[in-house]
Amino acid sequence: MMAANVEFPRDDVSLGAESLHERLSRTWATPRGVIGWLSAVDHKIVGRRSLIAAFAFFTLGGLLALLMRLQLAGAGNRLIGPDLYNQLFSMHGSTMMFLFAVPVMQALGVYLVPLMVGSRAIAFPRLNAFAFWIYLFGGIMLYVAFVLNIGPDTGWFSYVPLSGPQYASGKRVDFWAQMITFTELSSLAIAVGTISTIFKQRAPGMSLNRMPLFVWAILVTNFMVCFAMPAVMIASTYLLLDRSIATQFFNPAEGGDALLWQHLFWFFGHPEVYIIFIPALGVVSAVTETFSGRPVSAYPLMVLALLATGFLAFGLWVHHMFATGLPRLGNSFYTAASMMIALPSGVQIFCWIATMWQGRVRLTTPMLFVIGFIVDFVVGGLTGVMLASVPVDLQVHDTYFVVAHFHYVLIGGAVFPLLAAFYYWFPKITGRMLSERLGKWNFALFFVAFNVTFFPMHILGLEGMPRRVYTYSAELGWDSLNLLATVGAFALAGSILLLFINVVRSLRSGEPAGANPWGASSLEWATQSPPPGYNFAHIQVVDSSEPLWDHPHDLPVAHGLRLDRRELLLTTPAEAKPDLREPSADPSLWPFLAALAATFLFILSIFTPWGLYIGAVPVAITLIGWFWPNPRESIEREG
Amino acid sequence: MQPKAVLDLRELPDHGFGTRSLTWWGTIGMLAIESMTLALGGAAYLYLMMQQPQWPPNNPVPDLGVSTAVTVVFLLSVIPNIWLEKKAQKYDRRAVQIGLVVMSLIGAVLVVMRLYEFSHLHVRWDWNAYGSAVWGLLGLHTVHLVTDLVDTLVLATLMLTPHGRKARRFVDSVENATYWNFVVIVWLPVYAIIYWVPRWI
Repeated sequence: MMAANVEFPRDDVSLGAESLHERLSRTWATPRGVIGWLSAVDHKIVGRRSLIAAFAFFTLGGLLALLMRLQLAGAGNRLIGPDLYNQLFSMHGSTMMFLFAVPVMQALGVYLVPLMVGSRAIAFPRLNAFAFWIYLFGGIMLYVAFVLNIGPDTGWFSYVPLSGPQYASGKRVDFWAQMITFTELSSLAIAVGTISTIFKQRAPGMSLNRMPLFVWAILVTNFMVCFAMPAVMIASTYLLLDRSIATQFFNPAEGGDALLWQHLFWFFGHPEVYIIFIPALGVVSAVTETFSGRPVSAYPLMVLALLATGFLAFGLWVHHMFATGLPRLGNSFYTAASMMIALPSGVQIFCWIATMWQGRVRLTTPMLFVIGFIVDFVVGGLTGVMLASVPVDLQVHDTYFVVAHFHYVLIGGAVFPLLAAFYYWFPKITGRMLSERLGKWNFALFFVAFNVTFFPMHILGLEGMPRRVYTYSAELGWDSLNLLATVGAFALAGSILLLFINVVRSLRSGEPAGANPWGASSLEWATQSPPPGYNFAHIQVVDSSEPLWDHPHDLPVAHGLRLDRRELLLTTPAEAKPDLREPSADPSLWPFLAALAATFLFILSIFTPWGLYIGAVPVAITLIGWFWPNPRESIEREG
Repeated sequence: MQPKAVLDLRELPDHGFGTRSLTWWGTIGMLAIESMTLALGGAAYLYLMMQQPQWPPNNPVPDLGVSTAVTVVFLLSVIPNIWLEKKAQKYDRRAVQIGLVVMSLIGAVLVVMRLYEFSHLHVRWDWNAYGSAVWGLLGLHTVHLVTDLVDTLVLATLMLTPHGRKARRFVDSVENATYWNFVVIVWLPVYAIIYWVPRWI
């Protein structure tokens, strides 16, 4: 119906670059002023804000860790008491997992995926903006609670019965549980938008087998988010209900079960580790390809490895519960699965090494971080294989050996690649290069300090030092290794400081980056740095996996999208054949208002169960306001 | 230098149904998440059941009457829903308006029936873990029921205003119908778990 007989202005190549730029900028602009700032739906603005927020939380979480290291630097230290120490490690873990690691990886996807698939926007941009506000408000809520001495104090996984109504009075655990609601809601909203973008908005010709490995990694990750996050949301909701309206889910006296909490938590918690790690694998592939100057070896194998990791990650959760007395036979199954997941990781490591071997490696800062990743992640992976064995796990359970293991996996496996990503895509995001000289110092200090901090913890764990103790006595002989770890932690902070100095220096006087400073092959480098609001003047047409290497100067394009409204090209999910032109949402204040309303609901329901009903009213109003089409939109003709 | 144009997009349609539209992908994503949530609610129920020698512990089993009536209404509601879906794909605005009003009424009736259902469970949420699991699972499903009702009401209003002339609103109507089918389909295992599992064991 409604034939397209009216002629609309289109992005024809004959229009000329300047006039095209002018018209596209007008249509895709983010409004100015405070209201405009709060209404932004541009995935680059939202992604950048999320990245900044995630690094701010990373810094806060790091400062908490420094306080803990100061306390542990010597035996019998009285700097920090047990109550504050409990809050410190709970806040540190919760911050790093929920407010830093997952959000930062998803934010990378939000910023980069639409550019890498060659689209003008992310799918459901308002939902994406809503996700950012919800994440930010949830994080701020947690820190306000902490400052008011109602910070969580039962660890990042808040085991019952410790976190249940009998043992944790006050509101500390409730704030923790509600922070989960905020961050997981945000995460799920981003997942839906990102998956839709990847399946429907790829440039014509970018069939699934030509999609960059980074995009594959983000796709697998966001699928995992959809199936893992509901588990922790349901767990934290049931915990809140146990605490507020006396449900008995986790209370053994009334037929509840404490292990139900652990099952639900780890059914999320283990995939969570891979939700953090898989995007990092994508980064490593992107960086390795660019700085080896050749495509990553064995592309199909790499994709299969990502998929296999995603599936296997859901079969491992019980290995966090080996010490809970579950049936032995069941344990063997989880041991096997835990060892099996080392296989796809191994495949990828060998493929990267093969890529470097066959290519000409440029040792830039991002590449150095990737090499640091390979070394440290292998260490973390090996201790992982050790811990997968039940007898070893029972010996070192709840000791610093485990602390060492997961910091090697998480920092080695995710933060090293993240810093590689930082140096690699910073020029795209800001238009300026970071200093390579400072970057190499940054890397060297980070690599050494990381190992100095965490390697001694393996030994401390084997010597029997338990986790989550606020102090220890001198005759145990743990002083010197702890002191060494503390020195390392401060050096690690110093290296992050170097990174921040590098950023400030670059923003002030960094060398302009140009469109493709590294000579990379994927589409995000085909547009200016930083990219304009509309991302690409024309939708690129792709006929290979490395479009910019095969067509360095003459990428073919498609034209015919409308200029007078935000319009996207939708393509078919597998082959990426052009299919539809769909409008993309304009900036709107509603997502921000809806996030405020949801925040009101969540916080109120910490204090009264009626909060759910009272808070539902503003949430419903803002959501209806959000979805109601604006008058301009409805009188607009179809075409 | 003028870029080389190899593809002209101007003749592409500006909306499509099913997997062609972004709305479908968004809806399916939400459904995947919500199915997982309900599956976990069901798993929690069954897990708690397995820890108990007797189920329900010291409570009568919940009434079959109201819940079966709810189930029948749910199943019958699929007929007008699919009719609505078909009409939306043909851009029949009048039929879609009628269908949405009918579906809103059915949704409202079901919400009222659901309130009765809660009062015939013979257990409160705070009596024991069994009660918590039942209320938790039924509560989760009710959230979906209410969400879809509000959704349908808003869409019905939209279709009755000039906004309803837009072709994309018909895509929305189809996806809204998909969501309702989902609410009905996931009800069946929830119904079986709450009302039949305690009778079978």
